[in-house]
Amino acid sequence: MIRYHIFDHTADLGLEIYGADAGELFSNAAYAVSDTITDIHAVRMKERRSISVEGSDWDDLIVNFLREILYLVNGEGLLLRECSIAEIDRDHVLGDVHGEFFDPSRHHINLEIKAVTYHQASVSKTREGWKGRVIFDV
Amino acid sequence: MSEITIEKIDENRWMIPPVGGMRVPGIIYSSDTMIGGIGSDESPKQVANVAHLPGIVKYSMAMPDMHWGYGFPIGGVAAFDLQEGVISPGGVGYDINCGVRLMVSRLSYEDIRGRLHGLVASLFRAIPTGVGSKGSIRLTRNEEEKVLREGAGWAIKHGYGTDTDLRRTEDGGAMEGADPSCVSERALERGKQQLGTLGSGNHFLEIEVVEEIFDPVAAAALGLEVNQVAVAIHSGSRGFGYQVCDDYLVTMVKKSTALGFPLPDRQLACAYIASEQGKRYLSAMACAANYAWANRQMLMHLTQETFARALDMSPSQIGMRLVYDVCHNIAKIEEFVIDGKKKRVCVHRKGATRAFPPGHPSVPEEYRHVGQPVLIPGDMGTGSYVLVGTEKAFEETFGSTCHGAGRVMSRAQAKRVSRGRAIRREMEDRNVIVMATGKGTLHEEIPEAYKDLDAVVDVVHKAGLSRKVARLSSVGCIKG
Repeated sequence: MIRYHIFDHTADLGLEIYGADAGELFSNAAYAVSDTITDIHAVRMKERRSISVEGSDWDDLIVNFLREILYLVNGEGLLLRECSIAEIDRDHVLGDVHGEFFDPSRHHINLEIKAVTYHQASVSKTREGWKGRVIFDV
Repeated sequence: MSEITIEKIDENRWMIPPVGGMRVPGIIYSSDTMIGGIGSDESPKQVANVAHLPGIVKYSMAMPDMHWGYGFPIGGVAAFDLQEGVISPGGVGYDINCGVRLMVSRLSYEDIRGRLHGLVASLFRAIPTGVGSKGSIRLTRNEEEKVLREGAGWAIKHGYGTDTDLRRTEDGGAMEGADPSCVSERALERGKQQLGTLGSGNHFLEIEVVEEIFDPVAAAALGLEVNQVAVAIHSGSRGFGYQVCDDYLVTMVKKSTALGFPLPDRQLACAYIASEQGKRYLSAMACAANYAWANRQMLMHLTQETFARALDMSPSQIGMRLVYDVCHNIAKIEEFVIDGKKKRVCVHRKGATRAFPPGHPSVPEEYRHVGQPVLIPGDMGTGSYVLVGTEKAFEETFGSTCHGAGRVMSRAQAKRVSRGRAIRREMEDRNVIVMATGKGTLHEEIPEAYKDLDAVVDVVHKAGLSRKVARLSSVGCIKG
C-alpha cells in the first residue's frame, strides 16, 4: 500500500498520507516526513524515543504529532526510520520512534522542513481507510 | 464562507468586497497580466480570511508578489488596532525577520570577472549553508540572551561590523521589547549554534552588479553606480525563529475558543495585542528578529573576509559597505495618520517590505531626503531591485511594498518541469555561477518557478508604493 504522496502547494509542501487505521496513518505520517527530509533507507534503528502528544481533535492531533517528529529532526538531529503507535485516540497518541542521529558522512538532507502548519490540516476516514492532509513550511 | 469576488478599482488595484464575517475589504495590488494567475490559487481567499480578524484597520492587503501561503497569504499586509486588535504568529511567518541585506563595494565587474568561479567557491566554503548547518561560534546561554536583546549591536560589539551598519539597518538592528524569558527552551537550544549561517531553500547570498540606474539622485544618495559589484544576502532567524513561531502558534490554537470569534483557518490563530499572551509573543518575536539581524550582520562580516582572501585585496581596496538591511516577515507597532488622526497600529508584513517615505525619522539621516531603501531580491540568477519608500505607501499600505518575485510553481512542480536539466550549467550559460548544498535546491529554485520580478516591481512603482532606483543583475550565487 502507498504510504503517502506529495501534493502541490505554491509556497510550501503538501503531504497526503494513508493508513488502514488511525495508528497506521500516524506511523506513515512520521515516515512520510522523514522520507521527504532524507533517504530513509540510509537511517539505521539505533536510537529510540517515546512520544506522547495531545490534541483537541484528529486534525489538531496530527499537526501536534508531526511537530514533535519534526522537533526530533530539527532540534535534536535525530532522523527517523520507523514509528510505531502503541495507543491512539482522537485526543492523544502514544508511540515509539526509532532512528539514528544525523551523520553527514552517510545521510543526505534532501529538503528542510521548517514547520508543520495547521493550514487545511485534516484527517478523514474514507471507505478505503484513513487519510490525512498536512501542509508544511519548507 | 461565500465565494470570493474580485473587482477592479484601477490599473493596479483590485478589491475583494466584504462578505460574511469580513470586517474590512481586501485590496490586492496587481496588474491585468498578473491578476489572472492570482485568481487560480487560494491566496485571494486568504486575503479575505485575514479580513475576519478583529481590530483590523482599513483593509486586508496583498502585494503583487502575493501567493498562496498558510493562514496569511505571502505578500500580505494587515494593521491592527492596539486595543481591539490581534497579533498572529502565522501573520509574521515561521522565519521571523527573514530579510535582505545589500552591500556595495568599490569593485567593478571587470575587477572580479575572471576570478568569479574562485570567489563563489570561496564564499560557498566560508559561509555555512544548508539544513542544520552550524556557525563557527557556539553561544553560551548568557551570550545567546545578549544576542536576543541586542541584535546586530551584539555582532558589532564583537567586532563583526561598524556603528554605521547599525544605522543602516531597519530598527537599528534591534527591536525593542525583546525578552528572552518569553522564549522556550527548545528555541534557545536551536539558536545556540546557528548564528552566522545562511539556511536553505530560497535563502541565498548573491554577488550582483549594478546594471541600470532609474533615479540618479536616489542612487547617488545610496552610493550606487552602474557596473559596481554588490552583495545581497537573503536569510533570517533560522531554527530559532521557526521554533518561536511554532511554540506560540500552538498555545494560541489551544486558546482560540476563548477569543470570542470563529477562526476561518487555525493557522490564523492569534491573541489580542493587549493580552498577556499577545505581549509575550511580541517579546519573543522581537528576540527572533534580533537574532536574524545579528545573523545577517555576521554573514556580512564573513563575506567581507572572504572577498579579501579570495581576491587577495585589503578590506579598504574592496570597500564593502552596507547600503541597507530590511526585514520582510515581521509585525511592528508603528504610527500612521488614519482618518486624519495619528494612530499607533500593529502592522503585519508577511512577505512584504517596509517602505517609509522621505523625511520619516526612521530613515537613516543620509537617506532621509530620498526615502527608506527597499531591497527586492529576485529568483535565482535574476538579480534584484533597489527602490525607495514613498508618501503614498505611508498613506495607503501602512508604509509597505512587495518583497520579491513570489512563487508561481510549487517546489514539487518546479522539480518535475526541470527534471533531467543541468540547472547549474544553464545558469552558467546566463553568466551566473551557482553553488548549492541541497540536492534538489537548484531544481526547486529554477527561475520559471517565480513571477517575473520586473513585472512585480513595475506594479509597486506604478501604484506609487515605492520608486525604482536601480536594478542589479546576478553574477554569482550560493544557496543552501
